[in-house]
Amino acid sequence: MMEKSRRSFLKVAGIAAIGLGASPAINFASSDSRGTAHAVKSKNKEALHARRWGMVIDTGKITDEIAKSVSKACHKAHNVPDFNIKVDEKKYPHTRPVNHKQEVKWIWEEHFDNAFPDKEDEFLAEKFHGLPFLVTCNHCKHAPCVRACPTQATFKREDGIVMMDYHRCIGCRFCMAACPFGSRSFNFRDPRPFIKKISPNYPTRTKGVVEKCDFCAERLAKGKLPHCVGASKGAIVVGDLEDPKSEIRGLLNEHYTIRRKQSLGTEPSVYYIM
Amino acid sequence: MNKNMIITGLVIFVLAVLSPFWFNMITTTQAAPEPELLGRAKTEKKCVLDKYEMRANHMALLDEWRDSVVRSSDRQYKAANGHTFGMSISTGKNSCLGCHVDKTKFCDKCHTYASVNPYCWDCHTNPKEIE
Repeated sequence: MMEKSRRSFLKVAGIAAIGLGASPAINFASSDSRGTAHAVKSKNKEALHARRWGMVIDTGKITDEIAKSVSKACHKAHNVPDFNIKVDEKKYPHTRPVNHKQEVKWIWEEHFDNAFPDKEDEFLAEKFHGLPFLVTCNHCKHAPCVRACPTQATFKREDGIVMMDYHRCIGCRFCMAACPFGSRSFNFRDPRPFIKKISPNYPTRTKGVVEKCDFCAERLAKGKLPHCVGASKGAIVVGDLEDPKSEIRGLLNEHYTIRRKQSLGTEPSVYYIM
Repeated sequence: MNKNMIITGLVIFVLAVLSPFWFNMITTTQAAPEPELLGRAKTEKKCVLDKYEMRANHMALLDEWRDSVVRSSDRQYKAANGHTFGMSISTGKNSCLGCHVDKTKFCDKCHTYASVNPYCWDCHTNPKEIE
């Protein structure tokens, strides 16, 4: 008799345990949602497309002022920290002093001999020495940074943009060593105290992440051209390098253009009209 | 004699084992906070997935969204329930924060209670906070 009742007790207890464990599954089954499987992802309708995005910079049209306003527009929109500003002590107490070697920059001015070291010449036309040359990520066709990245945080998009997935960056800086143009910057510290006014349309970065120009992918997705184009007063033109009818191809046809460190074979997508 | 000892022992044992339960019954403990639905989230009533699934799997969904936006530049998400959302945590009207307007009363409420520290906000910005 005793044997029997223990048996039935265990049976009931077992069924009850299954019932308790099954409640999440029952909840799930009774919901009318069909999960993420039936969702459809698509690009924005207004997005701009190209087979290979490229940029032409008319060096004759770039003055010091324009170069500065271009960098400023880009850096402001992308929350690039400026380590020369005074940190708000109330908001960010105990910020340690700045090491000015640790800059972060996406597009900036460079002298001719630094921008084009292989084209430096003893008898180079005088005018080139004073001119500011805007340099940025070249979005190379054969980007060495993409090959160097061990986590594929840096990758090549279908439209030629060399893009960064900040979520995936582990901060190993192989890409920085691989890039022959110094286009990449490392966040040695939290950049937020050094951003004057955080732009809500783009995330900031965090300590331990590499960053660089992303060809304003977030703007192209909204059907807008990159910030630098707007701020350059016509000196910077972007477009599809693979489309023979594009404005950019027209410019390349009409003018003599050079690219940075062409001999390395990375095939930069940024051209300079001389 | 033996019987009494065993029964007292059992009673003490059961009381001890169930101590968390009766302790909770006699003391007033704070129940898990409910995230507040405010603004558009309150009126729209339709999230990407239904409530139960969102509660359980929102982090997986965000992970999927992030890969989709950054890697394949797909930014629109037509959910199985027919509604279209912008795949963004904080920018635009159709983003997460576009509907759930108050991060502190929505995300943070559970995360703080559960002692979860997602690092979304190390980079992404809450439009309310930066103004």
